[in-house]
Amino acid sequence: MALPNKPVGELDAVVDPEIQEMECDVLIVGGGMAACGTAFEIKKWADDDLKILLCDKASMERSGAVAQGLSAINTYIGGNAIEDYVKMVRNDLMGVVREDLIYDLGRHVDESVKLFEEWGLPVWKKDADGNNLDGAKPAKSLREGGEPVRTGKWQIMINGESYKCIVAEPAKTALGEENCLERIFIVKLLLDKNVENQIAGAAGFSVRENKVVVIKCKTMMVACGGAVNIFRPRSTGEGKGRAWYPVWNAGSTYTMCAQVGATLTMMENRFTPARFKDGYGPVGAWFLLFKAKVQNGLGEFFAGSDDAKAELEKFMPYGGSAVTPTCLRNHLMVKEFKEGRGPILMATDVALNAFLKEREDAGMDPKALKKFWKHLESEAWEDFLDMSVGQAGLWAGANVEPEKVGSEIMPTEPYMLGSHSGCCGIWTSGPDEDWVPTVEGTRVHQYKWGYNRMTTVNGLFTAGDGVGASGHKFSSGSHAEGRICAKQMVKFCRDNDFKPELMQTAQELADEIYAPVKLYHEHVGFTTASGVNPNYCKPAGMMMRLMKATDEYGGGVATYYMTSGKMLGICMDLLQLMKEDCEKMAAGDLHELMRAWENLHRIWCVEAHIRHIIFREESRYPGFYYRSDFPKVDDENWKCFVNSTYDPKSGEWKCEKVECINIVETDPWL
Amino acid sequence: MPSYVETEKCDGCKGGDKTACMYICPNDLMVLNKEEMKAYNQEPDACWECYSCVKICPQGAIAVRGYDDFVPMGGQVHPLRSAADIMWTVKFRNGNIKRFKFPVRTTAEGAANAYVGEKGSNLDDENLLLEGDLPSPKAM
Repeated sequence: MALPNKPVGELDAVVDPEIQEMECDVLIVGGGMAACGTAFEIKKWADDDLKILLCDKASMERSGAVAQGLSAINTYIGGNAIEDYVKMVRNDLMGVVREDLIYDLGRHVDESVKLFEEWGLPVWKKDADGNNLDGAKPAKSLREGGEPVRTGKWQIMINGESYKCIVAEPAKTALGEENCLERIFIVKLLLDKNVENQIAGAAGFSVRENKVVVIKCKTMMVACGGAVNIFRPRSTGEGKGRAWYPVWNAGSTYTMCAQVGATLTMMENRFTPARFKDGYGPVGAWFLLFKAKVQNGLGEFFAGSDDAKAELEKFMPYGGSAVTPTCLRNHLMVKEFKEGRGPILMATDVALNAFLKEREDAGMDPKALKKFWKHLESEAWEDFLDMSVGQAGLWAGANVEPEKVGSEIMPTEPYMLGSHSGCCGIWTSGPDEDWVPTVEGTRVHQYKWGYNRMTTVNGLFTAGDGVGASGHKFSSGSHAEGRICAKQMVKFCRDNDFKPELMQTAQELADEIYAPVKLYHEHVGFTTASGVNPNYCKPAGMMMRLMKATDEYGGGVATYYMTSGKMLGICMDLLQLMKEDCEKMAAGDLHELMRAWENLHRIWCVEAHIRHIIFREESRYPGFYYRSDFPKVDDENWKCFVNSTYDPKSGEWKCEKVECINIVETDPWL
Repeated sequence: MPSYVETEKCDGCKGGDKTACMYICPNDLMVLNKEEMKAYNQEPDACWECYSCVKICPQGAIAVRGYDDFVPMGGQVHPLRSAADIMWTVKFRNGNIKRFKFPVRTTAEGAANAYVGEKGSNLDDENLLLEGDLPSPKAM
């Protein structure tokens, strides 16, 4: 055997990669739902001579948060008022949201869902008797007025195993396969050399061959998802891959946009969803479709108790809604855990048996009852098999049958995202329409500056998890938002005739991107085993270092999400050291080079998160995080956005309060 | 719940430059060892168990073994996906088996209408393709 001081991956990285320079008008960075929306829509507005490229770190057929599939589409307005959608999102996210962006999304989202169905996504329907039909049964389409199966007010059920494949297909067809560059990881955005605050390109590398790509463009849409594996997960062995959100989302969207000066918003927000313990299976269908309740260790259905009501009274008006905001639901659960009343069980057995008993009491004959049960059981399992197979695997391994025994649920480690029940992200312009507020001052304080969903950097757009202060878009809303960007980018190209020029040479960029490879080759022979070497650190270790710091000081699961100004200060010091040591990250193969860049993105993104939590002197999201030094929701002083901007010239960050303006009536609040 | 490749069944996708599992893995985990012409998961603790590799493998050579830090041994969840349906077999640790079949797509692969050649009319309003008049919020 050779000494273990050689590269271990199958695709060795070399010190001098090939450099490929390209130029286009529009660059789409990312390949998930939002990017597929842009890819589909953009050709409908662009002249045929407009050159459009898309770079995806993976393969569009199965990339992004919907790679595995989904069992529901969580945003479909249907017959509801869009104003009510805004009210729901506003209340769930504790009052501080961009109502213009949410309303705008609400008026486009259904069209995306109708397209999905037309493309082949099976959507469950109600038959004439009110029974559920799976999506392959003949029924009127949504466009024809078919009635979807609602679970709660906004969600509809689908057979969504192939959801992403179905959405990616027309996106690729529309753009042309040759314009979709897969397995290209964009790691850096580039500003223009001559025009101030103007995006001009991006650089990255192939994870399949030793090649750096440098792409010049006039406008760009960046949508690479949220951030995962930024706090120590509850499972730290093999199970750390079983993150709730896609484990490949490394905060690249936020970091890359922030680094070129795009203003961020609400980066203090995070999401710690309560999910089935360990497998992180979804709970939505259990709550909404099967009407299941959660019990504490004493067998009490605590969420409806007088104690819980009294606790929610402390957070009015948010705590008074019929559907309690996600963070406050977590808050109630965390309280049970902290006061020793765990474990928390989803009473799946009680719920399923109640359905059976209801049918039995209504006189259903045993044969029909058996058939009904088969259907119900299948619906329950499909919820996991469509989107979280690992949870089904855990039930299989542990002999769990949900009709016989409840399963534990627990809040996860924190994630950062802008499309689910979270709202961190980038500050963008709303639509250029009269109903969107006009505000004096710089873009950091404004709500519109000409191009819908453009960031504060000219030509740079974002969507999906990228757009901040506007949660609850989910898969369908992210796609719709990508479509919004598409049209705006074409408009930007029409209005702005300039030739992008980069500040750095392609060689300088290649040297920077491949620095971890050079460092590796320079020092790998110094020790007999490549994993331990005083001259460099490895990406895997850096990720563990980040997760340990955030968990212990930044309000992770170790402290039940509690932190303080002092603890956050320590976290910032640790992050600073990590950033310095990132320059010592070494990569021996292309996969490891990808991990190195992902970790740099994670660290920057977490830095923004911690800066925002420090700046906001209150606890806006009880159940997601708490500051012991400012434990209350303080509407008097903090019912405002926190926006932060990194200045790429000076390297300084600036946080500021920004006015939050309501567009939809506040009385009644809901 | 990392994926694993059965040595006997994997044929390295017959020497193409990339295997089906390499092509599809969203996290760049599946790699081909060219000497042995066999694929493997190079970073099992970064596996999301999304089953993309399991579903796409033309040899049926890939399966998933539960995460060793919390899943008891002996269970298995395995799919068989066709163009229209997916059939799941759930094998419990105690030997019980359940099977579920769900539709995955109602159109033929490749048939999704990309509306190629269709153009929108006015670049200066907010309407997207196929959309009629857009509402604005009720005045407060």
